[in-house]
Amino acid sequence: MRAFTKVTAKAVPFPRMNVDTDIIIPAKHLKTITRSGLGKHAFETVRYRADGSHIADNVFDAPKYAGSEILIAGRNFGCGSSREHAPWALADMGFRVVIAPGFADIFAGNCIKNGLLTVTLKQEEVDALVLAAEGGVAITVDLEDQTVTAGNAHYAFEFNPVHKKMLLEGLDEIGQTLAASPAIKSYEAKQAAKTPWLFGGNA
Amino acid sequence: MATTLYDKIWDLHRVEDRGEGVALLYIDRHLVHEVTSPQAFDGLRAAGRGVHSVSSILAVPDHNVPTKDRDRPNPDDMSAAQLAALDANAKEFGLNYIPMDDRRQGIVHVIGPEQGFTLPGVTLVCGDSHTSTHGAFGALAFGIGTSEVEHVLATQTLLLKKAANMRVTVTGELPEGCTAKDVALAIIGKIGTNGGTGHVIEYAGPVIEALSMEGRMTVCNMAIEAGARAGLVAPDDKTFEYLEGRPMSPKGEAWDKAVAFWRGLKSDAGAVFDREVTVDGSEIVPLVTWGTSPEDVVPVTGAVPTLASFEDENKRDAAEKALAYMGLSEGQPMTDVKVDRVFIGSCTNSRIEDLRAAAAVIKGRKLAGHVIEAIVVPGSGLVKEQAEAEGLDRVFTDAGFQWRDPGCSMCLGMNPDKAGPGERVASTSNRNFVGRQGPGARTHLVSPAMAAAAGIAGHFVDVRKF
Repeated sequence: MRAFTKVTAKAVPFPRMNVDTDIIIPAKHLKTITRSGLGKHAFETVRYRADGSHIADNVFDAPKYAGSEILIAGRNFGCGSSREHAPWALADMGFRVVIAPGFADIFAGNCIKNGLLTVTLKQEEVDALVLAAEGGVAITVDLEDQTVTAGNAHYAFEFNPVHKKMLLEGLDEIGQTLAASPAIKSYEAKQAAKTPWLFGGNA
Repeated sequence: MATTLYDKIWDLHRVEDRGEGVALLYIDRHLVHEVTSPQAFDGLRAAGRGVHSVSSILAVPDHNVPTKDRDRPNPDDMSAAQLAALDANAKEFGLNYIPMDDRRQGIVHVIGPEQGFTLPGVTLVCGDSHTSTHGAFGALAFGIGTSEVEHVLATQTLLLKKAANMRVTVTGELPEGCTAKDVALAIIGKIGTNGGTGHVIEYAGPVIEALSMEGRMTVCNMAIEAGARAGLVAPDDKTFEYLEGRPMSPKGEAWDKAVAFWRGLKSDAGAVFDREVTVDGSEIVPLVTWGTSPEDVVPVTGAVPTLASFEDENKRDAAEKALAYMGLSEGQPMTDVKVDRVFIGSCTNSRIEDLRAAAAVIKGRKLAGHVIEAIVVPGSGLVKEQAEAEGLDRVFTDAGFQWRDPGCSMCLGMNPDKAGPGERVASTSNRNFVGRQGPGARTHLVSPAMAAAAGIAGHFVDVRKF
């Protein structure tokens, strides 16, 4: 997994509430069997009309936001499906951080697995960052210090220490868990006695 | 200390605590489908890792499968490649696999319970957010991303932070003409699409107890639409009756032992929930969504809300965009809204009870002339066989509805079943998101009986007076 420590970059403001995973990446693009190349289809209904024509004034393709690595989003961002294609698409667009007043649980978990940081701030703080992003102000997100800085404004955010360590170190989570194999084996032996129908090859 | 059903299942599956509320949790059951698994199997191959427990897995294709003309080549090369990848991975890793041409094939969340793969007290995962469906059996069941699919395949565990406990109690008695779908929509309408975020919802109360297993699955299916990764119903005699004799259910002495264990799976009397919500079931009416979020619900007897009725500025903006997308005007009565298509199916409403409810409304009537297409898509091959044995297929086809093969179909636009731009669908599925049923398609979520009635009348109609 790609490690995350600190990013300073421009940000795209997209503060719409309840942005679901079908908006982030429509289902018809989930037919891929790789993880790459989804960025060009991301936010398709925001960037293109139903007839396929391009919507010129969308924030994702606006020249003033080119090179942004931070997305400023609205409440309940990433609700809906469990598709990891959503963070894959965001990462493919070049985003390293999403800042919002709240995230859907599965989406937030999927982001961590891909080195994409989700920062939860208060609505009024997000509103201020939207203005900063619109003004072209570079925003710094520091995971070590758990702070977001835009000009003279500083905001602190909460982050689970277990997830923080994983992101900072870019750990191979499966490799880490496999190191706990003896504990998993002993759990299985204990459970096989307690709930044998789950370990008897019935399934 | 008094604990909740969620606490009990969590504790039963803790392999190791990692601090800060995070634990390595053991996963008993893993459902696999073609969309969210190819990259996970590639990951295993790249790292030279194997599958930890083949017997914990059941794989089936559902999202991409066409629901007609299956004897012909798949019209979409990318869908065909994804289906072929599942076939190849199932063979290579030796998985329990139900291929597309098997009579048991169907939507992963329909066949899990149907095969007795889903059992009370287990942890069950799938790379699909509607895995919450299986919570109807008292299983801790939730959707995961592809990295987590790979993690479960390799280790049989997940590193998870424990969620908070929430209980939704539905009191009273559900009125005639109202179904589990209306209960699910009523709850989401009340608490919103992030009302359950960070929580596991236990559904309780007389209305939930009175629901069939099919109905409980419908309610738990939409827990994710309320933001909760998992929904739960405590198992009872109805649960055990449903599971007894299923192909993968325990048998003989193991069955008796399992039932004795399962009877202990319920929240203690004094258990404390972090959040409690009560819904008066007697007040529930048939509901329709008007917008592009499942929380945008209104009684079929009601009207499209006015923008002035939203106090929150963000909500008002969202409603304005939704009305423009949906082609509706403020204050428009829902019964004036005409439908172009009807979709009866999906992991929310494609079980035998759903098809019976739709057929009961349709019997002896005809589809409205202007409706482009109405499709009925059973959730599995076995549901299809059962419906045909009851003659339901003839009820549908005599009325002009199409009778299809099982799959996810028009719930999401990644197979040939789609609605066109601007077309309005009365749909028994779970998400009315922008573009969900095809670019520009307008989705209204309803119960199977309400979808059937809308198809006959040509517009939304109160099924209680139909």
